[in-house]
Amino acid sequence: MHSIVFPPPPVTARTEALRAEVRDFLKTELADRPPRLRADSWNGFDAGFSRKMGERGWIGMTWPKRYGGHERSALERYVVLEEVLAAGAPVAAHWIADRQSGPLLLKNGTEEQRQSILPRIAAGDCTFCIGMSEPDSGSDLAAVRTRAVPVQGVGGGGWRVNGTKLWTTYAHHAHYMILFCRTDGGTEDRQGGTSQFLVDLKTPGITIRPVLDMTGAHHFNEVVFEDALLPDDALIGQRGEGWAQVMGELAYERSGPERFLSSMTLLTELVRALGDAPSDHAAMAVGRLTAHLLVLRRLSRSVAGMLENGGNPALQAALVKDLGALFEQEIPEIARQLVEAEPDLQATREFSAVLAKLVMNAPSFSLRGGTREILRGIIARGLGLR
Amino acid sequence: MTSDTSRILVDTAQRFFADRITPEALHRADAGEWLADVWAAADDLGLPLALVPEEAGGFGVDMVDALGLIRIAGAAAAPLPLAETMLASWLLAKAGLELIAGPASVAPVLADDRLELTREGRGWRLTGSAQRVPWGRVAAGIAVMAEHDGVPHVARIDAGGWTTENAANLAGEPRDTLRFDVRLDAATVAPVPDGIDGTALRAVGATMRSLALAGAIDRVLALTTHYAGERVQFGRTLGKFQAIQQSLAVLAGQAAAAGAAADAAAEAVAEGFRPLPIAAAKVRCGEAAGIAASIAHQVHGAIGFTQEHSLHHLTRRLWAWREEFGNEAVWNRIIGRHVAAAGADGLWPLVTAA
Repeated sequence: MHSIVFPPPPVTARTEALRAEVRDFLKTELADRPPRLRADSWNGFDAGFSRKMGERGWIGMTWPKRYGGHERSALERYVVLEEVLAAGAPVAAHWIADRQSGPLLLKNGTEEQRQSILPRIAAGDCTFCIGMSEPDSGSDLAAVRTRAVPVQGVGGGGWRVNGTKLWTTYAHHAHYMILFCRTDGGTEDRQGGTSQFLVDLKTPGITIRPVLDMTGAHHFNEVVFEDALLPDDALIGQRGEGWAQVMGELAYERSGPERFLSSMTLLTELVRALGDAPSDHAAMAVGRLTAHLLVLRRLSRSVAGMLENGGNPALQAALVKDLGALFEQEIPEIARQLVEAEPDLQATREFSAVLAKLVMNAPSFSLRGGTREILRGIIARGLGLR
Repeated sequence: MTSDTSRILVDTAQRFFADRITPEALHRADAGEWLADVWAAADDLGLPLALVPEEAGGFGVDMVDALGLIRIAGAAAAPLPLAETMLASWLLAKAGLELIAGPASVAPVLADDRLELTREGRGWRLTGSAQRVPWGRVAAGIAVMAEHDGVPHVARIDAGGWTTENAANLAGEPRDTLRFDVRLDAATVAPVPDGIDGTALRAVGATMRSLALAGAIDRVLALTTHYAGERVQFGRTLGKFQAIQQSLAVLAGQAAAAGAAADAAAEAVAEGFRPLPIAAAKVRCGEAAGIAASIAHQVHGAIGFTQEHSLHHLTRRLWAWREEFGNEAVWNRIIGRHVAAAGADGLWPLVTAA
């Protein structure tokens, strides 16, 4: 067994000017955004904000200029990301496309898909959702049953899609979905025979129904495909290579600052509530959380450096996400022991509203993007145990 | 930047600890024996001089790489005052004093212990006592930090200049009380430059313990993973049970966090004592140490709890080292006060600038 290496993160002195620029922008743009809304973290949706991010050149930052990108480094992108997340900016309208769908199209999409879609994403004008989970396929992604069948039609070939996707975040606002489904074989073939498609959500035969979460908020959806016809060129990458393509996406999805900053607004409001002369006990609790935050940030930046250098840090990314979720989940539990305030979404006191939101959203932190158990299985495999 | 000299030093140290810190050597040390022969070999290789600049007799390796030696020693559970001698030599070199020939240590190591340095004729007198001085009883000399007229000074005290009351940490490593009442020549006392004071000394000490903890946690992970791959129960190796896999994954996470935290602290020391990464490392490594020891013992079962098994050489050090040079109570409070001073809106800028 080799120890799992996290190289020192790249030196980022030259990114500090960019950081200051982002902070100035956020100070103005978020001036009226109260903590209870900032607490939505990357679930906050504001198409206007996303367009402004696009105007600043802060979406698709690392992509080639010919696709509307800005050819900046992954580390510059990291600085922008962590600043917007730490401030609780509403990034959901561009977030998934910037983080996942855009890079997927860049890597595996057709030239036409790249030219038509990427510039719109970079402008903050194009929202994506991810069609992976299904009613009977959660952690066990290879059990997907939604199927795309090749058909011959009047205007040439295409695909007929039937099946149901679940937990599809912001499908109700999205322009497109990246659909992961079966094109060949059956569920007994597991990872084999799966493919990815670019789906225009205006396509007839697609029904989007809300699934409210337990706070009453509408982020999730059920997306039903009933004989929905996709054009031939909707296929992304190679038919039957869906699994390998999706796994490539997940390394990006598991190690970013979003994996430890989900409770940042509550930590900030906790510091505010405790004031400038906290008790020893409170100072020590906040000190410990801050120490964890510093270390998580270093681990995450280390993975960013590995990605920048073309490495495949899938194992390191799983470690960061597992540790990050623990941290995000313990913040509400610790905060409630330090401040006498009943969590209440409707409270006039911001701390109470923020606490309520985090207490109720915390369970999702170790479910989304790979459950704690799945991640630990990946880590155990990295240790040579499986 | 890691130079060739650094690489050679690291390779040499890795070979040295693998060859010389044998189970037999660890048992001798456990029985209270001072491993004079092993220390002499480490001395021959120049390991204790790793933090000393070239002009003072060192090899001029990068400070982060030099501190990395302590991680390697920690992984071996080396019962030697390597960190302490490196620290004493660094301090003496900073003050322009002659280095100590042989194993050395530093005092005081507790924040509340103060030693009195007063003028006496053309020389000095040092009085007072210092508790929990690592390896005090075997040290050929101690680098003492004391203030005179509000200015931090370093004094080199040679063996014979103190009396010793033996005590030990949970791993059985000497942590002695030293009592000083000794006259010192003018040439053995000097002010320390670069703003280095008692706080800075403890910060370097905390960084060294963080590195040792990170090394030992990595080794605990390796031993435990290996054991889980060998031990068969219910017809399969322990590592095939999901419950064990999940526990080892948690241990791997703690090892990763401790390693990153300790690396950050070493950089912070090398770049002029940025306080937050140093404090964060000591608390994060300390927390990881407890979790790692707990999982390692759970997976090893009863055999890991015996004297004859080697696991305790590491786990008892994890429990001991996390307390030294400030435990979580000390460093968490320091970080917490920094945060309170920065205020809610200063928290994130504090984190990114740390």
